[in-house]
Amino acid sequence: MSILDFTATELGKKIQAGEIGVEEAAAAALLQIKAAEPKVHAFVTVDEERAMARARQVQEQIRKGQLSGPLAGVPAAIKDNMCTKGMRTTCSSRMLSDFVPTYTAEAVSNLEKAGAVILGKTNMDEFAMGSSTETSAFGDTKNPWNLEHVPGGSSGGSCAAVAVNECFYALGSDTGGSIRQPSSFCGVTGIKPTYGTVSRYGLIAYGSSLDQIGPVAKDVSDCAAILETIASYDPKDSTSVKRTDTDFTSALTEDIKGLRIGLPDDYFGEGLDSQVREKIFAAVDVLREKGAIVEEFHLSLAEYAIPAYYVIASAEASSNLARFDGVKYGYRAKEYDGLHSMYKKSRSEGFGPEVKRRIMLGSFVLSSGYYDAYYLKALRTKALIKEAFNRAFEAYDIIVAPASPATAPKLGQWLCDPIQMYLGDIYTISVNLAGLPGLTVPCGTDGKGLPIGMQLIGDCFQEKKLFRAGFAFEKSRCYQSPALAKELEQESLAALPMGEPENKKKDFR
Amino acid sequence: MERGIAMANIIEDETIEYVSILAKLELSGEEKEAAKRDMGRMLDYIDKLNELDTSKTEPLSHVFPVQNVFREDKVTNEWSREDMLANAPERTEEAFAVPKTIE
Repeated sequence: MSILDFTATELGKKIQAGEIGVEEAAAAALLQIKAAEPKVHAFVTVDEERAMARARQVQEQIRKGQLSGPLAGVPAAIKDNMCTKGMRTTCSSRMLSDFVPTYTAEAVSNLEKAGAVILGKTNMDEFAMGSSTETSAFGDTKNPWNLEHVPGGSSGGSCAAVAVNECFYALGSDTGGSIRQPSSFCGVTGIKPTYGTVSRYGLIAYGSSLDQIGPVAKDVSDCAAILETIASYDPKDSTSVKRTDTDFTSALTEDIKGLRIGLPDDYFGEGLDSQVREKIFAAVDVLREKGAIVEEFHLSLAEYAIPAYYVIASAEASSNLARFDGVKYGYRAKEYDGLHSMYKKSRSEGFGPEVKRRIMLGSFVLSSGYYDAYYLKALRTKALIKEAFNRAFEAYDIIVAPASPATAPKLGQWLCDPIQMYLGDIYTISVNLAGLPGLTVPCGTDGKGLPIGMQLIGDCFQEKKLFRAGFAFEKSRCYQSPALAKELEQESLAALPMGEPENKKKDFR
Repeated sequence: MERGIAMANIIEDETIEYVSILAKLELSGEEKEAAKRDMGRMLDYIDKLNELDTSKTEPLSHVFPVQNVFREDKVTNEWSREDMLANAPERTEEAFAVPKTIE
């Protein structure tokens, strides 16, 4: 076992015990990044110098006893739509390719207070609009389980980076499934918390009523510890919720006796890959054996979530992205004729096709004459979906579903057919519309060796139930990382010059 | 949505022109054609919502009852002009530079 095999909280303990140095951990992750990036391309920006300087600083604070939390000194990566002061933040868009924020997002700043060492910023679909990380202006990210497949999206870079051991955990954001779906495709664990749990201050907005930041990690325990760290009431985010129950790690017990689990038959019907269905049912059997009471039920309205989502998210996007006008920051066209021409040309050249598609749709559904028919209709549908979940949670503690109808598709497959890509969000999107928490836990692979994720959905503020069930399930299996992670690590260790400090090759038991 | 079904929503050139004015986007001829096709397909798909009777349902914008959040009008951040201007595509010594707006 090497440093890279540890989970974030395991590494955190070793660092506190003085068995592993913070610089040593950061160097190991940076070495893996060097080896993996040419193949996987999970990062937009890696700042080695800053990371190593930060590692020395955190080590010093630990030595002085100023930092003793579970994540102190643990190297992490941040999705490139969260502002990091002094570190380029691009949203994987040409529009922001040179943007260096003057402040740090609240969630990231909470991590830094807990002693996180940030290695860099991860690739994503441009402005988080996409489900495959292929709409990034900086090139796609490959799935570490099979480099011909997508990692999912939009937090594809964060999930691929965790899977291939380039970092010990990452932050992602989820507007319609952007943490849960790529976590499923990359075989890692990720949670979208209840809306309002993590501050959106400094998260570059896509669909403000749906966006939530959440952790991506190797297991449920890590996710609980990270979410506990980043969750906070923040007056700078007017939708931030005051919660007193964010001690998520206290929920990590295997006791799920009597936990009522609902399986929505509408999430297991037509359109679901048979191998995905089989693996999720097998995982549900594990939960049943541990004492959960499992029942099928009909959730209803599943097929209306995607059209409602695309109206609402596009409408909010068209408004949120109005700020990119080529004046205060971001891309400005080189040639234009007057102010309005400058706005139009800068936006048209700075945004990619998927972003423009959604801005156009959003502007249309908000325009006078169509507002009631499309936008208000979508908000009414959202109300019905919320009611359907309310009814479900009267009978069940959690809902179990797939995270995606199939495993990761091949690169390029979704680019030519956006509606096919949109349909892939069918099991994740309602959760955002209803503001619920959703946790993806890996539960096996398909015949091609691609990971399958089980999604646990809870009522608002019921993350602890998700963590408990996820933890209980996870105890029945071992974390599996893609073969590529080990291969790359061994290659780069073999390439180290003789006389390199032996500790890089140290074997941990 | 299945392919091959005739599109119910035909987007006219004028609609795309109007929407691109609202969106402050300048689309090329090719992009306009693609936008007409894409938007038509999306609206066909979105029209599925019309199957639902929502006549007795109020639009839900926030999942929780939210209230206005007020705070004291006090400056709590210290941003430097130079740091902010550093991101400007064009600037003068102490201001953002824009094309002439008033003749």
